[in-house]
Amino acid sequence: MPRLTRWYLRAAMLHLGGALALGVLLQWPAVRAELPVMVVLFPTLLHLLVVGWITQVIFGVAYWMFPRYSAEQPRGSERMGWSTFASLNVGLLLRVVGEPLHALGRATAGLLVASALLQLLAGWTFVLNTWPRIRER
Amino acid sequence: MPRLSIWLVRTSLVHLTVGIALGALLLAGRELADGAWVARLRPVHAELLLFGWTVQLIMGVAYWILPRYRAGRERGSAVLPWAAYWLLNAGVPLVAAGQWLSGAPSLALAGRLLEALAAGAFVAHALPRIRRFGSGT
Repeated sequence: MPRLTRWYLRAAMLHLGGALALGVLLQWPAVRAELPVMVVLFPTLLHLLVVGWITQVIFGVAYWMFPRYSAEQPRGSERMGWSTFASLNVGLLLRVVGEPLHALGRATAGLLVASALLQLLAGWTFVLNTWPRIRER
Repeated sequence: MPRLSIWLVRTSLVHLTVGIALGALLLAGRELADGAWVARLRPVHAELLLFGWTVQLIMGVAYWILPRYRAGRERGSAVLPWAAYWLLNAGVPLVAAGQWLSGAPSLALAGRLLEALAAGAFVAHALPRIRRFGSGT
């Protein structure tokens, strides 16, 4: 298993743990009673699961298992692969921080715009790097 | 990778490209655009990423890697999985359009029916291939 895949899978598991912990917190009676504003974190929980866990596992396993691009670059551009990994995770973390702050009026929209752009960059660079590998062996 | 998997995976990457762009617009556009217009993109974003990207990618990889038959065509008849491909890719845009045009529930219903038929066709193909490696014909 390549190093980048190991990073993807470990980061995915951290996001899964974070999402489930957040899920428990959002259902905790005292939190629901005292801090109803926490409901703004539900989209964050969903994206931790769908982007941080499911998409990240797919990206990591696809990088590992899809047909090789060439003998010199079996997995396409390694640099682009790492850039996808970094932008996906930084983008998602900015969302985790920015979404509740924005809902409470304590952050500018800039944080969410940066998060959106980074996640967009991650998705598009993944497509660019993966597309040439989708072919017969 | 067989030809059908190439089509399924590449089409799923197209859905990822568009779906993640809509997600970025939703996240960044909360204060940058008219809220009602942006909010209507949410179900379209979810449809493209859940069915167009995730479900389709899984179908493509499953068709490629599930155990093959020893005799005859190694992956069995391709009629049902190709039908699944076309039904799914007719269904997803119909559901998305039905959700975008809020006054067109029949479009979304037609799309969902096509998606259900796609799932049925794919399951009918894949179920007999779920077995121990080397067992059966």
